[in-house]
Amino acid sequence: MSLLSLMHQLAVEPFQEFSFMRRALVAAFALALGSAPLGVLLTLRRMSLFGEALSHAVLPGVAVGFIFFGLSLPALSIGGFAAGVLVVAVAGWISRHTELKEDASLAAIYVVALALGVILISRHGTQLDLLHILFGNVLGVDSEGLVLIAGVASASVLGIAALYRGLLLESFDPSYMAVGGGRSGGAIYQQVFLMLVVMNLVASFQTLGTLMAVGLMMLPAVSARLWHDSLPAQLCNSVVQAALAGYAGLLVSYYASVPSGPVIIVCAGVLYVLSLLFAPRGWLPRLLRRPHLQA
Amino acid sequence: MNAAISLENLTVSYRRHPALHHVNGAFERGSLTAVVGPNGAGKSTLLKSMLGLVRCNDGRVLTHVDARRIAYLPQQAEIDRSFPISVLDCVLLGYWQAKGNWGGIDAAMCARARQALAAVGLDGFSGRPVASLSVGQFQRVLFARILLQDAEVILLDEPFNAIDSRTTGDLLRIISAWHAERRTVIAVLHDHDQVRRAFPQTLLLARHVVAWGQTAEVMCEENLQRARAMAEAVDEQAGVCEVSEADVLALSQPHEHVHAHLPAHEHAQVGKGGLQ
Repeated sequence: MSLLSLMHQLAVEPFQEFSFMRRALVAAFALALGSAPLGVLLTLRRMSLFGEALSHAVLPGVAVGFIFFGLSLPALSIGGFAAGVLVVAVAGWISRHTELKEDASLAAIYVVALALGVILISRHGTQLDLLHILFGNVLGVDSEGLVLIAGVASASVLGIAALYRGLLLESFDPSYMAVGGGRSGGAIYQQVFLMLVVMNLVASFQTLGTLMAVGLMMLPAVSARLWHDSLPAQLCNSVVQAALAGYAGLLVSYYASVPSGPVIIVCAGVLYVLSLLFAPRGWLPRLLRRPHLQA
Repeated sequence: MNAAISLENLTVSYRRHPALHHVNGAFERGSLTAVVGPNGAGKSTLLKSMLGLVRCNDGRVLTHVDARRIAYLPQQAEIDRSFPISVLDCVLLGYWQAKGNWGGIDAAMCARARQALAAVGLDGFSGRPVASLSVGQFQRVLFARILLQDAEVILLDEPFNAIDSRTTGDLLRIISAWHAERRTVIAVLHDHDQVRRAFPQTLLLARHVVAWGQTAEVMCEENLQRARAMAEAVDEQAGVCEVSEADVLALSQPHEHVHAHLPAHEHAQVGKGGLQ
């Protein structure tokens, strides 16, 4: 057997053979395309832990969706999205009108939201673990979930492209923006951006699981910052790394029979370690004592 | 007088302690004013209140120009310089007010941005990432950005911090050119000699206005001593200020008397030592 056909057999055939593998791969690619660039922008705003906080904050919305409509993906998504947006909006309002910074107000609100979610669930008297509903599995993605993820990814890419300049300026120098366009000018970009983040996280919590949603948003983003000096390059790099991690992770989980979500994140973690070691802004180039230039 | 920005009995306080106290007066259109005073005198707060970045507790700021045509150079610390953006792109953000999120940036604008970089002595830096610049070089990039903004009113908060003397000379020449073009320039400065040399008008602040007018008259030893005497620490026992707006507005006809718009020790209910 030639090497090429062996590689084909190892790397392509699992996806040819099983439709759940194909769907998982498309979902992972869509997630990479939509949320990794948002992750880069989050790290630039020093909000790397935002996704983690938000994954708890959406619980009351999901609970309300479940209480009224049962186990329906659109209802749970809309509920989660509404709760996420509400938390973001309240945190933004608090940071603008009080002395608290945005991360502090968010930290305060998300635990309250989580507590409310738990109360709602227990009042409803169901034995069903809502966290289980909330946190899905990439190999179990159905067509409905795929459409949701693909739609959200499309909206994110289009949103970032359309508002790119404003998003960049609002992250880089918000006070400059506030002076030019009035106080509300910058807040609009911030709110739209955070809404895109909420959309991405909510859609992928339910289809892919919280670990994978947050991990695939933040890990490639952090690694990408080590490679390039320009934002467009960092955004592209993060998408490529996320997609690569998704592909490799699915293959490894297929052959080793381990849960795919964590494996995908571990693959992204391996890419992160490689970036830490070998990227131009990483550790090894600092260690290499190359002779300095004349000027 | 044709004012660009006028302040009417402006008071801004942090936790009820005034950082600016009954400030009254106006910046004339086309004037070049230095704002001078000890640390904690409210200089940065004054600029921010004129921009609407901090809330006025009392009184008003009246801007008589389009808000989009006010340019502002903040103090260094407020921007993350590790941001992945090139020097040229950073300067081109000067077109934000004119072009917004959607407007196109053409070759002529890029050429103007390069000219602006050359004017601040950063020829050939356009492709470099902002992260590779020194603090002083980055300050000059922000100056170049203001050059593109074509603003009517330009507010500079300690613009020459961390800038070498040769570049300071270049930047002062740019400021003079703005003055010649009838733009209104207001700069917070600490170097008194520089103020005397290059700034026709001076506002001496010590939370309240110590003096405001021609630089030579304002920067006399007596006024400077009164400004220095301002207690930097706030008086925790200070009572509620009961000066009424009508009194302040009646008392001051700006630019007619240079001294003591509102001697703080004259108003009622202020703890020992008053606010000076």
